[in-house]
Formats: sequence, structure tokens, C-alpha cells
Amino acid sequence: MTHYLEFEKPLAEIEGKAEELRALARRSEGMDVEKEAKALDDKARVMLRDLYSGLTPWRKTQVARHPDRPHCVDYIEALFTDWTPLAGDRNFADDTAVMGGLARLNDRPVMVLGHEKGSDTQSRLERNFGMARPEGYRKAIRLMDMADRFGLPVVTLIDTPGAYPGKGAEERGQSEAIARATQKCLQIGVPLVSVVIGEGGSGGAVALATGNRVAMLEHAIYSVISPEGCASILWKDADKMREAAEALRLTAQDLQQLGVIDRIISEPVGGAHRDKARTMQSVGRALQRMLDDLDGMDRAALVADRRRKYVEMGAQGLAA
Amino acid sequence: MNWISNYVRPKINSLFSRREVPENLWTKCDNCGTMLFHRELAENLNVCATCDHHMQLAPRARLTALFDGGVFVEVPVPAPTQDPLHFRDQKRYPDRLRQAQKATGEPEAMLVAEGEIGRTPIVAAAQDFSFMAGSMGMYVGNAILAAAERAVALQRPLILFSAAGGARMQEGILSLMQMPRTTVAVEMLKEAGLPYIVVLTHPTTGGVTASYAMLGDVQIAEPGALICFAGPRVIEQTIREKLPEGFQRAEYLLDHGMLDRVTHRLKLREELIGVTRLLLGLPPAIMGDLPAPAAEAPSAALTPPKGGDVRG
Ligand SMILES: [Zn+2]
Repeated sequence: MTHYLEFEKPLAEIEGKAEELRALARRSEGMDVEKEAKALDDKARVMLRDLYSGLTPWRKTQVARHPDRPHCVDYIEALFTDWTPLAGDRNFADDTAVMGGLARLNDRPVMVLGHEKGSDTQSRLERNFGMARPEGYRKAIRLMDMADRFGLPVVTLIDTPGAYPGKGAEERGQSEAIARATQKCLQIGVPLVSVVIGEGGSGGAVALATGNRVAMLEHAIYSVISPEGCASILWKDADKMREAAEALRLTAQDLQQLGVIDRIISEPVGGAHRDKARTMQSVGRALQRMLDDLDGMDRAALVADRRRKYVEMGAQGLAA
Repeated sequence: MNWISNYVRPKINSLFSRREVPENLWTKCDNCGTMLFHRELAENLNVCATCDHHMQLAPRARLTALFDGGVFVEVPVPAPTQDPLHFRDQKRYPDRLRQAQKATGEPEAMLVAEGEIGRTPIVAAAQDFSFMAGSMGMYVGNAILAAAERAVALQRPLILFSAAGGARMQEGILSLMQMPRTTVAVEMLKEAGLPYIVVLTHPTTGGVTASYAMLGDVQIAEPGALICFAGPRVIEQTIREKLPEGFQRAEYLLDHGMLDRVTHRLKLREELIGVTRLLLGLPPAIMGDLPAPAAEAPSAALTPPKGGDVRG
């Protein structure tokens, strides 16, 4: 069953009508509805294209959070071979909101790290909706260290509403864990490439996304705060999330213009969830290209490249 | 005119002036309610004499109290692109900036300076909570990079006083990018083998805590300071339970292994001198109220950079 977003309601009606017609025809013999249904299909296709060619930042936020959007587990299954998950921070627990492990990307051994939100009630609860605790960041630090020692490039897939705002998480040093993970990203002498596949939520994203090359899917978002959070602080009204989403400039297109990301990966018409396989192949190609870009750079050059990238970032604002 | 204004000495007045109206000569301690005379409060570095509550202390006053003889030279901070996102909420971002500049008399939320403490040359940076909640945007990032670069150039330790509500939302993703950006500054110090000491003051939260404020070689906090990633209100809304007394306060973090020390503001200077000299392998300092360094002393010998300001 297709899960329609609020702004896709008119589309849902047309597609529903076409489906109804065809179901009716199946029940009553001799009834030919194909022509009519086909017309509805065409109308839906045009509508879908129009809706997605001009998504507002708030609509993009909804698409980025779409429950059927391919998640970290899907990418790992589709793009990597020899996937060998590695668990735990060696101090407290294994945080399954952050996946990590060894794998091959086009035969090349790499370390994969990513946020996983879960896809049904049970897995969402297990994964804490992709909101990592300090253990998740400390696992990432441990695995980045390992990748560094064995010369493996690190691939990170970013998809989190943010770090978990919980009591235990704070007591065990959420801030310190995020700070150290970001620091580790900057320190490793191996290539680090990141793709924001859904939601790049604040510090919880930065901790894994401070890479040499950072890409974003066309309708992904990356922001200092959620539109709802920003609205409730600056507008004193959480319902002003549309305005906040506009003001925050959280789209891939804005971030590329600001020089925060290096490339945008196109999504199929209607968003990543309407053709998962194609989306994941595009991400695979982008990852390969970003790694190719960094081929031949030695440890010092990779570290220097990352430092320069972040020091120079923000020198230019958006055009007026 | 208020009768008591005759008693205000111009020197103290100029030190703490711009944000206070002349008639407002008493401050009520927001912890114990005691009415505190301004001059005494200022001499006590904004610590309540009755209950030891640490109130906010503006960077200029803090650095004046920190450096020998109150003398320091400002380290210039490159100006960033103004309003890079053309951000507008209920107000335009440039208007909010102007308002904060008027209220504080400062260009932005961080002051960087070089000078000596106990005759130990250092670079210091102090964040200003009264300037848009001390929030971290491009300017604060530039300030921390400038501080680290200056410290490396002079081969001096960096002491940083943090105070912030988090990232500057009006700079959107660019404020978030100050997390890795300021971490590069920390890396520069680390690589140069220079001590980086963080003093966390009330409050230090969000992306600031989750970057440079938690990466010090030595982490010291002022008593009672709120130090967290997510604020208590957000957590209470998420977990729907009441948080324990003192949660996320300096003493609580010390108990949970997140800090090295919690130190009273009036003892801080001495402690910073001691720690710095230990890390640098220097003999103990001559303690006490040191006058400004002599003219031939290193910091005074430097030509004040453009926009520099020597306070005595
Ligand atoms: Zn008091």
C-alpha cells in the first residue's frame, strides 16, 4: 500500500479512482475500463511530476522523513557485499540507532556507518527512531579508528532526526560523544565520504558527516534544528514549521549553493520511496565517484583536505 | 535623579555600564533574593555575596579580572558574511544583530584577547551570553579559529570560557557547520602541543557543548552552571518524567565523570595560572594581584593589532 503524504492527497484520489475502476472491471465480466483508467494514470503521472518538481522546503522535509524511504539497512543490502556488522562501544552498550561494520563496495573493503530509523513499530523502537545515544557515537569512533589503522575508507549514511534527548544519554555524555566523533572524523587518515539519505538532524548528523566529500539526495534535508523546533523557539508557535523550513535553507539545493555539500544525487520522480532500487543505485554510483575523487591522496592530504573544507566553509552566503 | 548615584565611581560604572541604566544600582540575586549593591557585586565578579550564586559575567569584565593588571590586547576576528541566509523570522536577523550590538556594546558573541596571567602568556576567548544567548554562528567560529591561530603563532595555551544557548539558528546550516569548524581549531592546538583549557559557564548547551566546549585538555566548570546537549525542558517533554534535582548542573556532570573540576569564580584565576604552568612545565607563579606586565614583557611589546583595545 502506498503511503501518501498530506500534499499528495489529490494524487491519492486519482490513483485511487484508477484502481477502483480496475477492481470493478475485474469483478464484472465484459466491462472495459482500461481507456478511462489509463487516462487517470496519465493525469496522475503529470500531477506527480508537477508536485515533485517544485517541492517547498517543508514538503521536502516530509519526503525526507517518508516512512517508505530507503533506509540505511536497505542501502547496505543493495550496495555492499560481505556485510559484517560490528557491535558495541566496549564501554556500556550497543546502540542500534547507529549501524556499523565491514563490507565491500564494488569489491573494495570499506567501513560502513549509518543511522537506522527502523521501518515498522518494533524495529523503530529497537532503533530508537534513528536517535543515537552516546554509545552509538562511541561505537562510530571505535570503528573509524579501526578503519584508520587498516587503511579502509569510511562510508557514512546520514538519516537521523537528531541525537536522543534522554536522561541517560545526557548522563553518559551525549555532548562529549558527539564532539569526539566529529573530532575523529577530522582526524582519520583515510577517505571519509558521506551521503545524507534522509534527515540530517543537527549535531547527531554532523558527528558522522564531517567528511572529505558530502552528498545529499535531491529531497533530503540537513539542518541545525528541525523546522518544528525552530518554529517553536523563534515564532513561539510550532505550527509555523513551513515558515521555519523556508528560513532555515535546509534543502540540498541551498546547501550546495552555500558550499556545505559537494553534490546532489537525483531522486526518481515522486521521491526515493517510489523507486527504491533506482535511488540506491544512484547513491552507489555517487559513493564510488566520491571515493575515486580521493584516490591517491595520502593520510596528511586527506586530513588537510577535510580541515580546509570546514575552515573555508561559509565564506560565501546565498545570492541576494 | 537617584540619591545613590553619587556613590557610583565612574571607573566601575564604565566597566559595567552599557547594559545598565544609571538608576538601576541594585541587583536582586535571582537565587536568594538578596539586594546587592552594584559596585560590590562587580568587585565580587558578579557572584552573590550571600549565597555564592554565580551570575553572568560579560567577557570584557571577565578578561579584565583574568589578566595581570587587567591588561589585554584584543585579537582581531575576521568579520563573516552578514546574514548569509537572508534569514527572517518575526524579525530580520540583521535587526536582531544590531539590537544585540546596541545592548552589549560588543560586535558579536565572543571576545578574543592575549595577555599574561601570573606572568604566563596566554590567549583567551570568552563567549557572551548576553549577545543573542551567546549563540554560535560564523563569527564565533571565526573567533575560535583566530584564537587558535594566534595561540599557535605565539606558542601559547588557549583558555576558553564558554556560555551559549547553542547554535545561531539564524545562520541555519552554517551555524551547524561551526561544530566541525571549531573542532579544526582544537585540532590545531592539539597538533601544536599547546594546552587547551575550557571553563564552562552558565549556561553552555547544544552544539557548543557538543563541539569545542567539551574538547578541552582540562574541563573546569563554574558552580551551578547548566551544561548539556539537550536542555532539561526538551528531555522532560521526550521522556515525560521529572528530572532529578541538580540534573545537568556542573556538580552533576562532575559526579558523572564529564568534568575535571568545579571551581568558584573567585578562585578560578589562581587555578588557571596553576594548571597552565603545570602543563607547560613552568615553575609556580608568584601569586597575588599582579600589576600589568612591564613594557618589555612579551604581550606589551607586541604592536596591538588593528582594532585592538588595551584596557587598564
Ligand atoms: Zn544570592
